[in-house]
Amino acid sequence: MKGNKEKKAIPRSNSRLNRREWTAGYLFLLPNFIGFIIFTAIPVVMGFYISLTDYSGYGEKKFIGFANYLKMFQDSDFKVALQNNLIYSLTSVPLTVLFALLLALALNRKLYGGKLFQTVYFFPNLTSMVAVGCVWLQLFNSKKGPVNQMLTGVFGMENPPKWFMGTSTALMTVVIVVVWKQAGYYMVMFMGGLKNIPAHLYEAAKIDGAGPWQCFKNVTWPMLSPTTFMVTILTFIASFQVFDIINVTTEGGPGRSTEVLVMRIYKEAFKYARMGYGSAIGYFLFFIIFVITLIQWRGQRKWVVE
Amino acid sequence: MKKKSKFGKVILFIVCCLVAFVMVVPFVWMLSASFKLKNEIFSIPIRWIPEVFHMDNYETIMEKINFPLYFLNTAKVTIIITLLQLLTCSMAAYAFSKLRFPGRDTIFLAYLGTMMVPWHAIMIPQFIVIQKLHLYDNHLSLILTGAFSAFGVFVLRQNMLSIPDSLNEAAKIDGCGPVGIYWRIILPLTKTGLATLTVLTFNNVWNDYMGPMIYLDKDTNRTIQLGLATFKRQFDADYGAIMAGTVLSLIPVVIIYVVAQKYIVDGIAYSGVKG
Repeated sequence: MKGNKEKKAIPRSNSRLNRREWTAGYLFLLPNFIGFIIFTAIPVVMGFYISLTDYSGYGEKKFIGFANYLKMFQDSDFKVALQNNLIYSLTSVPLTVLFALLLALALNRKLYGGKLFQTVYFFPNLTSMVAVGCVWLQLFNSKKGPVNQMLTGVFGMENPPKWFMGTSTALMTVVIVVVWKQAGYYMVMFMGGLKNIPAHLYEAAKIDGAGPWQCFKNVTWPMLSPTTFMVTILTFIASFQVFDIINVTTEGGPGRSTEVLVMRIYKEAFKYARMGYGSAIGYFLFFIIFVITLIQWRGQRKWVVE
Repeated sequence: MKKKSKFGKVILFIVCCLVAFVMVVPFVWMLSASFKLKNEIFSIPIRWIPEVFHMDNYETIMEKINFPLYFLNTAKVTIIITLLQLLTCSMAAYAFSKLRFPGRDTIFLAYLGTMMVPWHAIMIPQFIVIQKLHLYDNHLSLILTGAFSAFGVFVLRQNMLSIPDSLNEAAKIDGCGPVGIYWRIILPLTKTGLATLTVLTFNNVWNDYMGPMIYLDKDTNRTIQLGLATFKRQFDADYGAIMAGTVLSLIPVVIIYVVAQKYIVDGIAYSGVKG
């Protein structure tokens, strides 16, 4: 909000002072610029070239055109990974947005101990996926873990889910853990959005006799929509990059039930020495995220204009 | 009406407590298991506070893997990357917000564009670049690839834009050069942004798993996440020791959270509003 008063960069005259400022500008950008060229720009170009070859990581590489891209759509490993990834995205994103929003709305009610709740809800987000994976593997241990102990002992369930160990449950278990971990992060974003809704809107709505639900529907939800949109896009982009938690807990298994796109990139390139093919999948991932970003830009423009 | 809303608040409070329980319980389990003997961990019923606090698991993890060295490696890489990012990002942010030169806004837009390049999509060619620079299995690989951040530039630029231009104009008239203005005026006034970037970067690098996994090989080079994951793979059934390692790996993160919670939360809330 405060940053929009930016002045147009118009160099007025070519006085010595101005030229000095130009040089300084470029010099200040230089370190970041060099880093960007070497570690982002070159890889982007090179990655595309490699994806057109059969590069294995060492030795010669042969140019094979778009063969890697064509191979992708006949490769059942890739197709399973893509399908899993879509299922993962379409479950983890709505769940995360929903939980984050509910938590933010609850804490926005100025509850007793609200600050402490916020601290606690946010904390899992700061811990590493490795740590989180190690802990939840034990909690969800299918034979003796506390979750299944409770399900059999307290609720009398005879065949509790096998969680990470079950072909049909592993992916959803990953979703549960990820939502548990990241909900607090997006909750904080939602709280920032809620804070920006002017109080007089609520007062006006109350004078008009609006109840809590109507307040939410007619004031909170529309005013919060830019934040909701942002959060959805961010979680969506992140959901296509899921890897750490899966590599720690299931490594893509059991079977191929938790194979996802980044897992494919990693395995193809660094386990099976198919860097060319891995790069092609990398470019496919790039394409997906590019499309989501385009949607984001269009959406943002829409909200800025209105 | 009043009574009803008070009742609602009590219900809400109870729900919030339940959620808090779900958020905290894994960490309680972690702590508790790390002090238990092997046969106590999955005891029925669960004993949340161990009868006797055994240190065996901590001894195991120190003996079986080079934990202190991993810790040191991670601290080294994390601190260096954080400092470098603060420097490179604040310099670029200063140029983008306070200096006028041809092409500035175009370059900035291009910069924002790079934020959408997902690292996972280019990790293979980036790895090849690192190999060509002969930095594979060297901490410099992590440090150099981590030292730059478009996100950091973005956050700091936002911060610097809120500093009134009259300040640096006045300094300029007094004969202060761009470096002087950057170092003596802009940086001290960007403390909040710098603090936010510091904690977020520190946390990201400390928790990074895939970077070290790809770039490092030798045992003596490993970082804590990589070391912990490798240990977990090797000694899958040593539940207590895995939890002891997890506890140790979380200590710096907890300290940062306690000290700098405000900056973390503010930074995230702000990025959500701004978009």
